[in-house]
Amino acid sequence: METQLQLLNTQGFKHTIRRLCYELIENHNTFENSIIIGLQPRGVYLSSRIVKELKEITGLSNLVNGKLDTTFYRDDFRRRSNPLIPNQTEIDFIIEDKKVILIDDVLYTGRTIRAGLDAMQAFGRPKKVELLVLIDRRYSRHLPIQPDYVGRVVDTITSDSIKVKWDEIDGQDEVLMFTDNVEKI
Amino acid sequence: MSALSVRHLLGIKEIQASDIDLIFSTANTFKEVINRPIKKTPSLRDTTIANLFFENSTRTKLSFELAEKRLSADVINFAASSSSVSKGETLTDTVNNILAMKVDMVVMRHPYAGAAKFLSRQVKATIINAGDGAHEHPTQALLDAFSIHEKLGSIKGCNIAIIGDILHSRVALSNIFCLQKLGANVMVCGPPTLLPKYINELGVRVETNLKKALEWCDVANMLRIQLERQDIKYFPSLREYIMLYGLNMPMLESLKKEILIMHPGPINRGVEITSEVADSHQSIILNQVENGVAVRMAVMYLLAGAKQ
Repeated sequence: METQLQLLNTQGFKHTIRRLCYELIENHNTFENSIIIGLQPRGVYLSSRIVKELKEITGLSNLVNGKLDTTFYRDDFRRRSNPLIPNQTEIDFIIEDKKVILIDDVLYTGRTIRAGLDAMQAFGRPKKVELLVLIDRRYSRHLPIQPDYVGRVVDTITSDSIKVKWDEIDGQDEVLMFTDNVEKI
Repeated sequence: MSALSVRHLLGIKEIQASDIDLIFSTANTFKEVINRPIKKTPSLRDTTIANLFFENSTRTKLSFELAEKRLSADVINFAASSSSVSKGETLTDTVNNILAMKVDMVVMRHPYAGAAKFLSRQVKATIINAGDGAHEHPTQALLDAFSIHEKLGSIKGCNIAIIGDILHSRVALSNIFCLQKLGANVMVCGPPTLLPKYINELGVRVETNLKKALEWCDVANMLRIQLERQDIKYFPSLREYIMLYGLNMPMLESLKKEILIMHPGPINRGVEITSEVADSHQSIILNQVENGVAVRMAVMYLLAGAKQ
């Protein structure tokens, strides 16, 4: 039977995002050459939360951030019964020579990130790309991709699923895991 | 709704309002893509598309070809004038020969109504109708509606007049179907000889007075006189047509409100529309052309996107 586990409650969620912000500040200081990009659709909620929090902590108002849709670059196109429906990309700046912080909610197989790296090429050659995720599903990667900043690491098997809920759309902040394999946790 | 309800785009009549909405939202994302410094996406890189044009075309052919290339598809072009069609080959044979070269999608323009539908029953590839005789021109109607939607925010409840040679126009028929599905009020206006006899059966208003049509509408879609399809004389002289149905600046300025002016092209400047009007700020003719690429990208993306 499938069991639901809470990986992060509202309080933990808040602390984790704040901690991730401090880690970013440690590496990016004034964010002068840094750009924050959230991956559509659900990475965008995390990136806007991070941007908001960073502004509060640092007082910086000029943080450059955008939204990137990876649909057209995905490798499962024409392999599903329905076409993949794209979301809007909002990047009105060039990322040439910038340090890009790519943000997504859950890192699982790494394929979305691979598509994101490709999609970014249309906006220039970044100096460096870092990856920030709220949840890292360890040992599930199909590609050699690793995050630089992680909210929470979980060990999962393919049949497990993770749901990140956002106050903006789901009514509250929390991270849930659905699994048949309770003993493992 | 995450997929089109059809496997081919043969006409607007066959698709549903939800399909049109899906095409529009996808076209919006492609419009952003074609305004980037690098305008290409790799989505259709494993797809081969044949453009079969059995009738002349500049805009539609270029627009389709550009859309295909922006999606990274492999493209082959075919023009009837320089092909074996003139040696007596049938349409099905021509297309089957092309498909034997592993083509996934066919974009076809043909002088006969129903050619695309016929082909869709004969061959395995996905068919997109790029105009079949005086029947339908679905992608033109989609890009027209998309352009109106972009300018006015919504199509529901809008008054849209299609003015000119309705009888020979595939753009008119596809536009009527498309705009009605999106909730617009549609009027056709032209000389009685250029209005199909039972056009009111489609639920459109019929008007023969240009001024009255312009006063009623929010958007005027001006159509060209299709002399190449006219086997007999439908009006006494071109001069008389211009006097009665040509849109000029004084007439546009005499209206109480600003209306949008559209034209599917090619324009006969000085006939259905004067240069001043075509180049005025109310004209969205070039927006239509730009949107044409995005809308065609969306159509091809959505048709090719599902597992076959």
